[in-house]
Amino acid sequence: MYKIVKAEFLAENIKRFIIEAPKIAAKRKAGQFVIIRIKEGGERIPLTIADSDNSNGTITIIVQGIGKTTKELNSMQAGDLIMDVVGPLGKASHIENFGTAVSIGGGVGTAIAFPAAVALKQAGNHTISIIGGRTKELVILEDELKQVCDEVYPTTDDGSYGFHGFVTQRLKELIDSGRKIDFVLAIGPIPMMKAVAETTRPFGIKTVVSLNPVMVDGTGMCGGCRAIVDDKTVFVCVDGPEFDAHLVDFKTLERRNRFYKDDEQTSLHEYMCNYDRMFEEKLTTNN
Amino acid sequence: MPELTKKERMKIPRQPMPEQDSLERSKNFKEVNLGFTEELAKMEALRCLQCPKPVCIDGCPVEIKIKDFIQLVAEGDFLGAASKIKEDNMLPAICGRVCPQEEQCEAKCVVGIKGESVAIGRLERFVADFEREHAGLKQQELKSKTGKKVAVIGSGPSGLSCAGDLIQMGHDVTVFEALHELGGVLVYGIPEFRLPKEIVKSEIESLKKLGVEFQTNAVIGFTDTIDELLQSGYDAVFIAVGAGLPYFLNIEGENLNGVYSSNEFLTRVNLMKAYKFPESDTPVFNVNDKNVAVFGGGNTAMDAVRTSKRLGAKNAYIVYRRSEVELPARKEEVHHAKAEGIEFILLSNPAKFIGDENGWLKGVELIKMELGEPDSSGRRKPIPVEGSNYILDIDMAVIAIGNGSNPIIQQTTPELHFNKWGNILVNEETMATSKQGVFAGGDIVTGGATVILAMGAGRKAAKAINDYLCKI
Repeated sequence: MYKIVKAEFLAENIKRFIIEAPKIAAKRKAGQFVIIRIKEGGERIPLTIADSDNSNGTITIIVQGIGKTTKELNSMQAGDLIMDVVGPLGKASHIENFGTAVSIGGGVGTAIAFPAAVALKQAGNHTISIIGGRTKELVILEDELKQVCDEVYPTTDDGSYGFHGFVTQRLKELIDSGRKIDFVLAIGPIPMMKAVAETTRPFGIKTVVSLNPVMVDGTGMCGGCRAIVDDKTVFVCVDGPEFDAHLVDFKTLERRNRFYKDDEQTSLHEYMCNYDRMFEEKLTTNN
Repeated sequence: MPELTKKERMKIPRQPMPEQDSLERSKNFKEVNLGFTEELAKMEALRCLQCPKPVCIDGCPVEIKIKDFIQLVAEGDFLGAASKIKEDNMLPAICGRVCPQEEQCEAKCVVGIKGESVAIGRLERFVADFEREHAGLKQQELKSKTGKKVAVIGSGPSGLSCAGDLIQMGHDVTVFEALHELGGVLVYGIPEFRLPKEIVKSEIESLKKLGVEFQTNAVIGFTDTIDELLQSGYDAVFIAVGAGLPYFLNIEGENLNGVYSSNEFLTRVNLMKAYKFPESDTPVFNVNDKNVAVFGGGNTAMDAVRTSKRLGAKNAYIVYRRSEVELPARKEEVHHAKAEGIEFILLSNPAKFIGDENGWLKGVELIKMELGEPDSSGRRKPIPVEGSNYILDIDMAVIAIGNGSNPIIQQTTPELHFNKWGNILVNEETMATSKQGVFAGGDIVTGGATVILAMGAGRKAAKAINDYLCKI
């Protein structure tokens, strides 16, 4: 069992957890992930390690409540126990001093891009972060990134905060302004990563994305997370999760991520009904 | 009991295994074989000729004292028989169920020359079950502690048998498992209807009682490297991580939604209990009233196709490129599959998968095959018949053509030597690798094989590790 030491919402539906996992904390490198199973009968889901504290033996994960498991996880509090946390899994980000590096995070992807931004800075890069959200409340980790990066540009789709528009538009502006950009890392929803890949492709800027397919074991055993990169099948859990954005077949990735869409809806629906029922029962007993 | 003559013994027919009705069982996950009754077991045991030179033992990778334990069964001393087996095999309830006895001990049985061989596997299973149900698990005598520590990586058949032997030799043993549950392929791969998980649990419990420690969620290579284990006080390491990287066919459409590796399909159903979805959280493609094809002819293919039938598939096919005689699966599994209504499409190979406009699997293009000259494996080589392509409508496909080697140990342990397929190279006598104090066995050495071969490797390694530990 793995204890949640601290749990707080960063934005509506996006929660940061600090979890006791000393072995993982001591080992993990930027770009790696853990597989979490919250309880008996629970599913195994991959979550990128956002940060770690070796002296306290903790890791940080940031979770957006979308399906049943992430919503259930987000209902957990400090002091609660998570049944299984395994990792660190996957290959660490390839970090070197590229020159000027841009780290782009979309929504909760910002949490995943955060450790890479830290590592890029530590490697000596002039590090720029572009962090996007649909609206102001969904732009996360701005303060944390400002402490690390040389430049931080928040963007919102609705213009409620920072640059009005998509992260790719802000990136394009940077490129068009004549800034020499040597490396781009983009993490977020698939359409965003795809758009970043298309933005940098004409300029030949080395671009890396972190893929988020459905996984089961996370150690190469099941092959469920396979994706197509450079026309070859890869297993994201052991061959990735980071790949050259210009070689990723995003269409297949997107389609495979929809494999269990109906089941996910069923599962979520059941969970929400039970949740409501429990809530009502609580009200009745309290009355 | 009156002493029977050889002739009288030979006259007793091989006792049939009681099994669940085939129609009934094709709808549930309960074990197919029900096991011998005491009467059936005694009767079967009487068929053993008690040969002066029991050649059956030569056929057993762990050299169980078959003749002796069968004699004890005939005498009705079932617990004595269990102890006799456990001198050589710590996991008889599992082996009695999943070993290919017909190719091993039973293939050598003298009774089998003229008639049907003694049902050694069924007797082994009976004895193990009897002990579990009647005596509880007996505490084995342990040697005094040596103070030496061994790390076993992987809790599958090879790791468990190695751990069981090492603890009895007086060493401390910790087994590291990557998944959240112990048992490796015995829990994620082999379905409940062939090997109930309760049995695996109980075998593991007995190892725990002997003092073996287990750590789940430990992916060696990542969580700790082998070097770190050696530095942190382990005197030796046994790598038994299994094969663990599924092969695909490398044909068009293999990444369509609805195409699984057998590992993924079986893991979802067995380990993650997707058959209970949404009560359990992990889904699996809903095959209810759909058509399923499983590609491959081994035991895993049979497991996958019979699982899909139990999940409600309308038609469940095995597609295999050779003919029935070449099917690598155990005869018993093929027989069970057929009785449950599995259709065998033999001498056929998939050319490509076909999807709909949304990327869901809709069919597979098959090409008929004919058998040519024997190839390097000794089996006749399948050759495609030009122009024989046709489409089979399917909604789900499972690729069950074997496993390559998982790369995690290789990537994180540079001093080990591997062959071009990523299998660890070992001294076949001792299972020692090129790295001092590190041994390996099971599928990571041999490539995909059987549970008992993996167990045999685990026992061989335990002996060699013991020798090594006594010297250092």
